[in-house]
Amino acid sequence: MTDTIHHHLTDPLLMAYSAGTLPEAFSMVVAAHVSMCDECRARLGSFDAIGGSLIDGAETVAMADDSLGATLARIEAGATAEPPAPRKRRRGVLPGPVQDYVGGNLDAVKWRPVGMGVKQAILPTSRDASARLLYIPAGAAVPDHGHNGTELTLVLQGAFEDESDRFGVGDVEVADDSMEHTPVADIGQDCICLAATDAPLRFRGLLPRLAQPFLRI
Amino acid sequence: MKTEDKDETNEDWVACIARIRDHQDRAAFAVLFQHFAPRVKAFLMRSGTDAALAEECAQDVMATLWQKAHLFDPARASAATWIFTIARNRKIDALRKQQRPEPEDLPWGPEAEPDQADALALQQETAQLGAAIAALPDKQRVLIEKAYFGDLSHSEIADETGLPLGTIKSRIRLALDRLRHAMK
Ligand SMILES: [Zn+2]
Repeated sequence: MTDTIHHHLTDPLLMAYSAGTLPEAFSMVVAAHVSMCDECRARLGSFDAIGGSLIDGAETVAMADDSLGATLARIEAGATAEPPAPRKRRRGVLPGPVQDYVGGNLDAVKWRPVGMGVKQAILPTSRDASARLLYIPAGAAVPDHGHNGTELTLVLQGAFEDESDRFGVGDVEVADDSMEHTPVADIGQDCICLAATDAPLRFRGLLPRLAQPFLRI
Repeated sequence: MKTEDKDETNEDWVACIARIRDHQDRAAFAVLFQHFAPRVKAFLMRSGTDAALAEECAQDVMATLWQKAHLFDPARASAATWIFTIARNRKIDALRKQQRPEPEDLPWGPEAEPDQADALALQQETAQLGAAIAALPDKQRVLIEKAYFGDLSHSEIADETGLPLGTIKSRIRLALDRLRHAMK
C-alpha cells in the first residue's frame, strides 16, 4: 500500500504528534496514516529520537527526598503508566486507531445522512478538534467544504479529486483556511475518509479551550 | 544543565534496562533513576505541570520503565527515546486528559528478533543526534525545545517570542534539516 501513497503528513504535524501537543482528533489522523505508511512511520521514529535526545540533554529539576524509595514502593504496589505498546495490525478498511474509536470496523459505524447521499459519523474525541468519518457516494461532491482553521482528510477507501490533485487510499490532505476547493469522489467507488478539523474552535490556549461551546459541524 | 554522569552512553542505559528486566536489579534502576527522573520532571514542568504532579508523574514514568522493561527493544529506540515516549504519554494523560491514538505496528514488527547490527547502528545515530542538537545555533535549538517541551503550537511560540510565524517555521525547518542529516 505504501508505494501508492503520494500525499504524506507534514513535518509540523509529525513533530507535534511526537511532542504530544496535537488535539486528539488530529492525533487520530496521524496514527491512522502512520499505520498505513512506512515512510511516515520512519519519519515519526526520527522525531521521537529528537525528543529522546532533547530530554537526555535537557536541564534537570531535583526529585523529592527519597523519591527513589517511593518509586520502588510504587513498583511493588504495581500501579504504573502504560508505555506505548505494540499494536497488532487488524484487517479492514479502517486502520486500528480508528477502529478503537468506532468499536469495530466499517459495519460498526453508525452513519448519519447529511444529504445528497453523503453520510457522516462523528467520533468521540476531546473537544479542541473534531473527527468524523465521511461516506461520499461515487461521483458526488464533498458538501459544505469551507475551511476554517486546519483540516486533515485521510482517504480510507476510494479516492477524491479536487482542482489540483488526486487523493487515493492512504493519502492525507492537509488544508488550512487559505484553501478554497471542491473535492469530488472518484466515479469508480464510494469514498470513505477520516476528516479532522479544529474549525469550530479558534483557540489552542488552555483556558479558552475549556470555555468554548462545541459545535457538531 | 548536564553536570553529573556525563560519561554514560546509550549502551550503558540499555545494559541497565536489561539488568532490570532479567534480575530486577535495584542498583541498575538507581543509576537510570538518578539520570532520567530529574529530566522527566523538568520536561513535565516545562509543559505546564506543577512540581507536585510532575514529581508524581516522573515516579510513575520510572516505575513503568521497571515494569515494562521487557517491552524495550534497543534496535528500535534509544533508552532516552523510549523514556521520552513514556513521559510524553503520561503528560497527555495527566495534563491534557486526552487519549493518544497510537499507530498499529507493521506485521513484521515487534516479534522479530532484536537485531544486534540495528542496535549498534542506533547507538551511533543516537550519539550523532545528541551532538547535532548540541551544535545547533541557539536560536534554532530554543525553538525546537519549545515545540517539544513548551506544549506550544507554532503560532503560540510566535506570540511568546514576538517572532514572525514565517521566521519560526523556517528556523525549525533549518534545524530539522541539520538533525535529519545527523541521523542518516
Ligand atoms: Zn506518509
